[in-house]
Amino acid sequence: MSFSYLPHTEAERAEMLEAIGVASMDDLYQGVPERLRDFSLEAIPTAKSELEVTRLLTDLAGENRSANQFASFLGAGAQRRFSPSAVDWILHRSEFLTAYTPYQPEVSQGTLQVIYEFQTMIAQLTGMDLANASMYDGSTATPEAAFMAMRVTKRNKVVVASSVHPEYREVLSSYAVGPGLQVVQAPLSGGFIDRDRLRALMTDEVAGLIVQVPSFFGGVEEGRELAEIAHAAGALFIVIADPTTLGVLEAPGAYGADIVIGEAQAFGNPVSFGGPYVGYMACRDKLSRQLPGRIVGATVDSRGQRCFTLTLQTREQHIRREKATSNICSNQALNALAATVYMEVMGKEGIFELGNVSIQRAHALAAAICEVPGFSLALPGPFFNEFVVRSPLPVPELLGKLREEGILGGIALSGWYPELSDCYLVSVNELNTPADLDRYVATLKALTASAAVGAR
Amino acid sequence: MIPQDLKYTKSHEYVRLSGDEATIGITDFAAEQLGDVVFVELPEVGRVLKKGESFGVIESVKAVSDLYSPIGGTVVAINESLNDEPSAINEDGYGDGWIIKLQAASEADLADALTPEQYQALIGA
Repeated sequence: MSFSYLPHTEAERAEMLEAIGVASMDDLYQGVPERLRDFSLEAIPTAKSELEVTRLLTDLAGENRSANQFASFLGAGAQRRFSPSAVDWILHRSEFLTAYTPYQPEVSQGTLQVIYEFQTMIAQLTGMDLANASMYDGSTATPEAAFMAMRVTKRNKVVVASSVHPEYREVLSSYAVGPGLQVVQAPLSGGFIDRDRLRALMTDEVAGLIVQVPSFFGGVEEGRELAEIAHAAGALFIVIADPTTLGVLEAPGAYGADIVIGEAQAFGNPVSFGGPYVGYMACRDKLSRQLPGRIVGATVDSRGQRCFTLTLQTREQHIRREKATSNICSNQALNALAATVYMEVMGKEGIFELGNVSIQRAHALAAAICEVPGFSLALPGPFFNEFVVRSPLPVPELLGKLREEGILGGIALSGWYPELSDCYLVSVNELNTPADLDRYVATLKALTASAAVGAR
Repeated sequence: MIPQDLKYTKSHEYVRLSGDEATIGITDFAAEQLGDVVFVELPEVGRVLKKGESFGVIESVKAVSDLYSPIGGTVVAINESLNDEPSAINEDGYGDGWIIKLQAASEADLADALTPEQYQALIGA
């Protein structure tokens, strides 16, 4: 295989193959199935017209099924939510859609104003003094918060609750390797953090305690006690909070959080094959110098007119890169814009209603599911709009059958928590109509009845 | 005026040696050149510094600079009031605006430090 437009000579290829310890190109590709290696260009169909290609691709795309074609009860950190049409209209204005990042920031007053509004509303929702211009996503915001705690306390260990999203914990562990951060998991009891065992872990070596409220299982922890445990050890209290719950739940700042992070995808951003998402990060004023990313401030120009400016900029992007405290040099400006417009259109009342409807419907569905023979809630205690169901039928089979009935019933937990292999996580929000809830329960009843018949 | 009882570095730190305790800050000249100081990143107490080692960062409205220790020793005190009032460095750099104190400082490290006269010559005052 030699292509004239690939610049490597035979000698260079031989050298590279030797370096990785294989004898030939065929050996290198031995993991690729034979039928693909023998692929011939002859197999590609002849040219088609634009119209034919459009039809072909439309047919192919038609084989996909979107979550919107189902009654979806999937959650676990990714949320299909209602988004007001104003979000997309503003998002697609060319002034916003084309701007990657404000390189001549003060010229981009509109972009800076949006970021300022995003920061302001995130700070208000979380009860913090300030927020940055956004992060890649909630998972990467987690290690950034841990590193902040490291820098502030000059300690290099964090304790993270096992009820934090398992993938967030994986990202945290991956990031931790570089700077030598030690990550310790705090064990659970009935889905909630085991307070006694947590106290034992919170030594004077711990920089921060990371908890998620509501937890990955939807459970609402009593935050004040956790804050006290963290602060008694001289550690920062870091809360991962789903902002859709903060219209109803107390702001983490009110119960003692020092840093609040999370995922704002649910605000105006679609569930789109897993991204792009938009993380947020907020903290107390005294930690502002340790906040990664950028912060936009409001000021007045030489003529006394209100304007916006990058108040704190990342070292990582401009000066003194070698002193960078974080690898975050971009924010998710367009996704944060969607979240900003969403919050502005919904308003305080809207965000309260959103949380309220979600919690009411989730509790109604949970109660109804528990009345179906064999089903129960696996983890007792207060929950918001997500909860863990223990199923009498094998979970993959149950979820498969629900899907056949047009219901995405939940997410199996066995991959993350083997001890919960007979359980799955159900998420309910404003898009799940009362009729959807009824159909869910009726379908469960029908499935268990037929399973019982089958068993006889 | 440059205090006559101190030693200086080319990077504009001063050191006041009293027994084996060294107090370190930046000179008025440096503070004036930086403009309003808005933030000082301090080291942790107990850290052992070598002569010439960077121990912190000073940020002003104009610039961000590293701070270098003119002398080796163990950090025994940091001026935590700078967290709230970094402007002390502009207002009273040789007094309330001190930055760190080192213990077991080695006077020998100061052999090549600048005298007040040499520092004066350096800044052309």
